[in-house]
Amino acid sequence: MLSLLIFLPLLAAVPILLLPAGREQEIKRLATAAAAAPVLLVALMWPGLGAGGPGFLYEVRVPWVPSLGIEYHLGVDGISFPLVALSALVFLVAVLASYGIRERVKEYFALVLVLEAAVMGVFTALDYVLFYLFFELVLVPMYFLIAIWGGPRREYAAIKFIIYTMAGSLLMLIGILALYFHTGANTFSIPEIARRAPELVPPSWRLWVFLALFAGFAVKVPVWPLHTWLPDAHVEAPTPISVILAALLLKMGTYGLVRITHPTLPEAAREFAAALAVLGVVNIIYGALAAMAQRDFKKLVAYSSVSHMGYVLLGLAAGTAAAVNGAVFQMVAHGLISAMLFLLVGVFYDRTHTREMERLHGMYLATPTAGVILAFAGLANLGLPALPGFVAEFFTLQGVMQVGTGFFTRIAYVTVIGIVFTAAFNLLMMHRVLMGRPREEFAALPDATPRELATLVPLMAASLLLGVWPAVIMRMTNGPVSEFIRILGGA
Amino acid sequence: MPQHAWIIPALPLASYALTVFVGRRLGERAAYIGIAALGLATVLAFWTLAAVGGGASAAMSVPWLRLGDWEIRMGFQVGRLEAAVLAMVTLVSWMIFIFSKGYMHGDARFNRFYAHLSLFVTGMLTLVMADNFLLFFVAWEIMGLCSYLLIGHWFEEVENARAAFKAFLVTRLGDVGLLLGIWTLAAATGSLRFADILEKVEAGELSGSLVTVAALLLFMGAVGKSAQVPLHIWLPDAMAGPTPVSALIHAATMVAAGVFLVGRTYPLFEAAPAALATVAYIGAVTALVAALIATVQTDIKKTLAYSTMSQLGYMMLAMGVGGFAAGLFHLEAHAFFKALLFLAAGSVIHAVHTQDMHRMGGLIGPLRLTGLTFLAGALALAGIPPFAGFFSKDAVLVAVHASPYRALFWVALFTAFLTAYYMTRAAALTFFGRPREREVIEHAHESPPVMTAPLLVLVVPTALFGFLGPWFQAFVGGHEAHGAEAAPVQALAIGAAVAGILVAWAIYGFRALDRRTAIRLLKPLYVLFKEKFFFDHLGLAVARLGMLLSLAVGAFDRLVVDGLVNGVAWLVLLIGRGARALTAGSAQAYALVMLAGVVIGLFIYQVLGRVG
Repeated sequence: MLSLLIFLPLLAAVPILLLPAGREQEIKRLATAAAAAPVLLVALMWPGLGAGGPGFLYEVRVPWVPSLGIEYHLGVDGISFPLVALSALVFLVAVLASYGIRERVKEYFALVLVLEAAVMGVFTALDYVLFYLFFELVLVPMYFLIAIWGGPRREYAAIKFIIYTMAGSLLMLIGILALYFHTGANTFSIPEIARRAPELVPPSWRLWVFLALFAGFAVKVPVWPLHTWLPDAHVEAPTPISVILAALLLKMGTYGLVRITHPTLPEAAREFAAALAVLGVVNIIYGALAAMAQRDFKKLVAYSSVSHMGYVLLGLAAGTAAAVNGAVFQMVAHGLISAMLFLLVGVFYDRTHTREMERLHGMYLATPTAGVILAFAGLANLGLPALPGFVAEFFTLQGVMQVGTGFFTRIAYVTVIGIVFTAAFNLLMMHRVLMGRPREEFAALPDATPRELATLVPLMAASLLLGVWPAVIMRMTNGPVSEFIRILGGA
Repeated sequence: MPQHAWIIPALPLASYALTVFVGRRLGERAAYIGIAALGLATVLAFWTLAAVGGGASAAMSVPWLRLGDWEIRMGFQVGRLEAAVLAMVTLVSWMIFIFSKGYMHGDARFNRFYAHLSLFVTGMLTLVMADNFLLFFVAWEIMGLCSYLLIGHWFEEVENARAAFKAFLVTRLGDVGLLLGIWTLAAATGSLRFADILEKVEAGELSGSLVTVAALLLFMGAVGKSAQVPLHIWLPDAMAGPTPVSALIHAATMVAAGVFLVGRTYPLFEAAPAALATVAYIGAVTALVAALIATVQTDIKKTLAYSTMSQLGYMMLAMGVGGFAAGLFHLEAHAFFKALLFLAAGSVIHAVHTQDMHRMGGLIGPLRLTGLTFLAGALALAGIPPFAGFFSKDAVLVAVHASPYRALFWVALFTAFLTAYYMTRAAALTFFGRPREREVIEHAHESPPVMTAPLLVLVVPTALFGFLGPWFQAFVGGHEAHGAEAAPVQALAIGAAVAGILVAWAIYGFRALDRRTAIRLLKPLYVLFKEKFFFDHLGLAVARLGMLLSLAVGAFDRLVVDGLVNGVAWLVLLIGRGARALTAGSAQAYALVMLAGVVIGLFIYQVLGRVG
């Protein structure tokens, strides 16, 4: 099952490349089918996940390079499966949103499918080499998708993106090798190394190995102050790629923390918890303030991601059941909400050819349906109850308070400043874009098309479902999260 | 019946969904969906009230979420307090739904209006019935959302949109306090349920300082929602919404939610005397400040908005001095007569198309029914027996009088005088005297029955609810009025009200004293009231500061953080220029760097390995 998730999109890229470039209809249809297949697979796997106890499901384990202990090892648990499901949904949405692509259509769709394979690989790999391979493989299609189909400064943004993330990856690689050699069991298995590492990695090394791995993931999250590649990459990337970038690629960073750094090096994670909490709060407040300063719609959404990913860091730092469940839930919540917002930026940009919010006013009158959806997404981003962002933030911060130490209580008090500024920048965005009357040249814009609705409505429905009934995800995450907390030895 | 009370909020929710999905096809007939749903809900709510009065009560919950070993359940509870408030909310909402059919006739977004109004009522009813803080907060925020959407109903005008923005953001400021309070209590007790938390508080299991902090944090939320000083600045601006919205949300129900929150968590406040004193003082200051500002308003809706704020201050004051039942009694009574006043004002605005009272005058002629019902509401608000406001305000005054806060009693009494003064002024300017503008009165005609009928219905509780006072206060489980002390307080209250009416009538009725002379004589005070004690300036300054901070962060990010990154990149680029010449394309460069990385990694490992 899991192999299919990776190889179906990958294999579908081949016939797409073989089709003659002119047959765009067939290319699009094939790509859509290839992206729809994982959604079906996820639906089939969903019942098997059940209440998501500890341990991995749907495991595949085949020796690959036995002499080095490298295996082709895949598996999901209650923490990774929601991200796999999110990836399947977001890629399908992204493919549907890509129908407007005009240049080099077949290369584009082939690259998107390769990207999907790589992302699925990251969220299912249980072997360090495999994980690293997929982690790096993500960069290749991403680089080209920004550098070829991007905006005016696409090369700058693409290079910045790749150099930045690669610098992080190198440190991560060092960390992985250190773990491999120290555990000395001739295995790259993520769970096995996690079992051995606490005893076998010498205490003087722990924090350094932790930091090396953390650096690799931190760039992806992105953790302040390593975040400046993100707004640039977003602004230049075409809409569907921005969607994938925000909804999924950022999660690879925080997923790495949940799957690798914390369970493998729990002592170091404990030592680092206070720093991680502070970084989380800085992300939240700094991201919200920076978002408020933006005039470019897309940059605002990009900085808003920086802010919201801070909750994931904060929740992991707190390490209580509510906080960690909230943090994992936030990954999914932010995935849905940021995907909606980037799609909407595209919807308005396609019609007005501007992302200057000052020029966009009155869009609610010009395009009522798109306007309502933007209000929905903006309110979700603001953390309005009955939508998933609220659930994530509520429990994350409740969990932070639950720690009970003066430090974490103070952290919670400071974080609410971020909540106020988050409300401010989202309301400001809605005010600027939607309210008032439109400019004359924008008065007669076409409203959202059925294809655009097909990308947005599923995300809205999923948001509403998770906001009202978060147990859909949290019943899966709770088991593995409890195990995570036990390993961490936290509160 | 109480165990089926969940149907009551489900009805407006269904109305919301129906109005959204099929409303467009029905045109303005969509209003009947909401009216029918609310009518049914009202019947059920009164049925529930009767059942609860007969000794029944209900609580129900379902498992919702599990975090670690912590099971969170969602549920509702209906006891006496809830049943009483449910009945009031449904009845007032129903009347406003009917009134809006006429008032909003021809509006471009008629269905959207009814949809949001339905969602709002769902929120308010859920809030009343919620058995836990999480559901309470969800409902609290849904009401805030609907308030935002409805204030900005005519968002074409940027002013209206700005008022909506302001309302959301200012109340959000209070909400973070509420959230922190909820988190504090949940962390300390391991539960979000009111019953569990209050039980632990009453058993004295929580430390005194924690209880005080938590109570103050919760109160911060109440200050925002119930427009108490200094977070009140959004309420007058909220009058930008359609008048039925002002009546329902910004007078009768939502703004009272803050008072309800204090009532709901009252044992917590009782365990924290410092927090209770804060409630009393903030309430008294709000009552006085708002009444003073109301005396110089020229907009009929703004006058009513400040009077709402002032009366909410009364309710808080009552809560703060231990008059739990008196506060809730005033909450209910106020909801009836203030909804009536706003709807009557809406009927006036509907007839004359202006809100400026100085342009009105003599409207009692053409608007007989509207005028008479407005007067009933005004007399109630002024505290003249036998109207409801007299009894409920009296209950508040008695509670304050019985408390050790001497000064606050005189503040409350003076506010009662001011209340009678500005309501008489409003009535005189609007309905009496010679018409000041010919074209305003010439086109004035009485509103259709769909609008006047709700006014007549609301006159009934406005006139009679007061007599239920002793029963009501005993019913919601508080103390009876302090009989012995009540008589002198009553005399003082009536005296203050009559004095207020006489002074106002002397100026605006008999014109014994010219208005302009009075303004000249009291110039500094007039400016202070007219400028609303400069709270808006303060709010604007804070907002500007926030914006400035964000712009500073934005610039810092672009210049310093990103500048540093690009600086490093330049440096590396200069060093690597040679290497770059060797590679033709980026893919190769990538492979090379990756390879280099592996080599460097292994090298560092070797070196460090030897050291370690």
